[in-house]
Amino acid sequence: MSAPPLLSVRDLRVGFATEGGLLQAVDGVSFDLEAGEVLAIVGESGSGKSVTAQTIIGLTRSKNSRIEGSVKLDGEELVEADDAAMRRLRGERIAMIFQDPMTSFNPVYRIGNQIVEAIRAHIGEKVEKAEARRRVVELFESVGIPDAERRVDDYPHEFSGGMRQRAMIAMALALEPEVLIADEPTTALDVTIQAQILRLLEDLNREHGLATILITHDLGIVAEVADRVLVMYAGRIVEQGTLDEIFYDPQHPYTWGLMGSLTRLDRPRPHRLPQIPGQPPSLVDLPGGCPFRPRCPHEFSKCTEYPGLEARLAEAPDHRDRCWLTPEQKREKRQVEGQIGLEAPG
Amino acid sequence: MLRFVVRRLVGMAIVLFVVSILVFLIFNVIPNSPPAQRLAGKNATPTLVKSIEEEWGFDESLPVQYVTMMKNVFTGELTSYSPRIPVDEQIEEGIPATFSLSIGAGIIWLTFGLILGYLAATRAGGWLDRALTGVAIAGISIPVFLLAPVLIYFLTYKLEIFPNGGYVPLTEDPWEWLTHLILPWFTLAVLSIGFYSRVLRSNMLDVMNEDYVRTARAKGLSERRVMTRHVLRNSLIPVVTLFGLDFGATIAGTAIITEVLFNIDGVGLYAAESIKRVELPPIMGVTLYGAFFVVFVNTLVDVAYAYLDPRVRLGASAR
Repeated sequence: MSAPPLLSVRDLRVGFATEGGLLQAVDGVSFDLEAGEVLAIVGESGSGKSVTAQTIIGLTRSKNSRIEGSVKLDGEELVEADDAAMRRLRGERIAMIFQDPMTSFNPVYRIGNQIVEAIRAHIGEKVEKAEARRRVVELFESVGIPDAERRVDDYPHEFSGGMRQRAMIAMALALEPEVLIADEPTTALDVTIQAQILRLLEDLNREHGLATILITHDLGIVAEVADRVLVMYAGRIVEQGTLDEIFYDPQHPYTWGLMGSLTRLDRPRPHRLPQIPGQPPSLVDLPGGCPFRPRCPHEFSKCTEYPGLEARLAEAPDHRDRCWLTPEQKREKRQVEGQIGLEAPG
Repeated sequence: MLRFVVRRLVGMAIVLFVVSILVFLIFNVIPNSPPAQRLAGKNATPTLVKSIEEEWGFDESLPVQYVTMMKNVFTGELTSYSPRIPVDEQIEEGIPATFSLSIGAGIIWLTFGLILGYLAATRAGGWLDRALTGVAIAGISIPVFLLAPVLIYFLTYKLEIFPNGGYVPLTEDPWEWLTHLILPWFTLAVLSIGFYSRVLRSNMLDVMNEDYVRTARAKGLSERRVMTRHVLRNSLIPVVTLFGLDFGATIAGTAIITEVLFNIDGVGLYAAESIKRVELPPIMGVTLYGAFFVVFVNTLVDVAYAYLDPRVRLGASAR
């Protein structure tokens, strides 16, 4: 309890200058990540989850972006670190894998060489090619790529989607990082392959004590692997808690909406797939009050005031949310046709 | 590979056939005095004209004339009307000058185009990018026939830095060869430098948004390495295609104006003079030579393309 967390994010704010004005993609996000923990960040497209992740490793730095707040890795501040320091840290201490393995490898280089390139960028060009190659073969074997010795010399287009994502994970692990950020790692894959990749991530997390941030919009995936969950909406965290807290006692109507949108095989098929009505708000000109208000069927007078991220349940002090409804009201209102949902499917 | 070569050869034959038909037809529809009349001279007797007609086959039907001409092309017996010089000899004589001009200009435009495009792309939006945009647009806009006289006037007549036109073979005097070609090279290259720098810049800006560039950054590569190994490398693929087309076209025709302006005794100058005199055999010869090089250079480009982009490599998926 006394040791500082491995990764600590405090009041992170990321804005981008656009023609329409400042787009506040991330607005005051704070969380901690311990070694060996899997933290899931869930939300719709545009909720700021990917920007949060990319900001941690400095990929959102540009002339047009404004980054405030603090990101500390082992007590070392990253938001103010210079570009060279961030470069050394990327891949070596914090690695990232991306959504689309189809486009995440450079099509013109052999996959093995792209991983060798990452190794050499950190350890130095003096690493012998043959040695680096041997390391890549080992990595391929550890992520379950069959016939690794031969596959390292293949080009990306010769790999299937699932194999490419395995290779991507192999690349991320090449320098034994402490933190792995997986940005929608299974979204572009078939369901059967998704399960394999998730299993692989889970194993790595367990075996290497690799702290993992898993970004996804798929609550099914979250349920499989996450220890703790952040729900993001419009650049802010609207609810956070342990996996069980979020799944068995969700407090924010937006979380109910996400859960209600899950199709369940153990229930009769609904007439229409439930969805959250409306669109996420524009982040350039966010209205005051609760940003979910325009889409929320349970909106009431208090919602014009922006709720703080607070623990509202006496029994769960780390379960926080941003909704003015009382826990009792929430328990009643989230019941839709015998399960959790935002409103009855129309 | 064999299939690739055969397919290319068949393609080339078709292109040359179509081109030769077009040239032959165009020549026969444009208003022109009968060639026999011109060959015979101003005060020729009808019998002389008649005998010339028979000798050259002008009295035959057009398809027969075409076949005879193509036979001559392939046996190397194609000759111009007056003076009666074999066309292939004339083209051979002109090739060193035309190739010196085109290859030199190609190297210059590719080198400068890529350097300026890279600088503009890596500093997109900055003052250097804006300055290079202006320079590129100026280069693209200035016509060769204006640029050449201006360069000749200032650098040759006023400052006397460069010699006044002409061509000195490389084997005769390499230094003179070089000094005689510098102005023509740049004249021919300026438009393409501007154009290529713009194309590379926009390609690079597109590639910078690719996922694999983000991956390259995420694995901790230096910005310079990301730019050269990943962004530039992938942006070159379309540039190579463009270069193949342009370089073939330069050898085949674009060089004509520059050769005329600088009085360089190459194939282009020969073509220009033949056009002026409306002589079919040399026009046919030069056109086929040009078409051959356009197809040939493009075949080389396709080979280079397979080298640059493994996805189009033949048989790669069969492994």
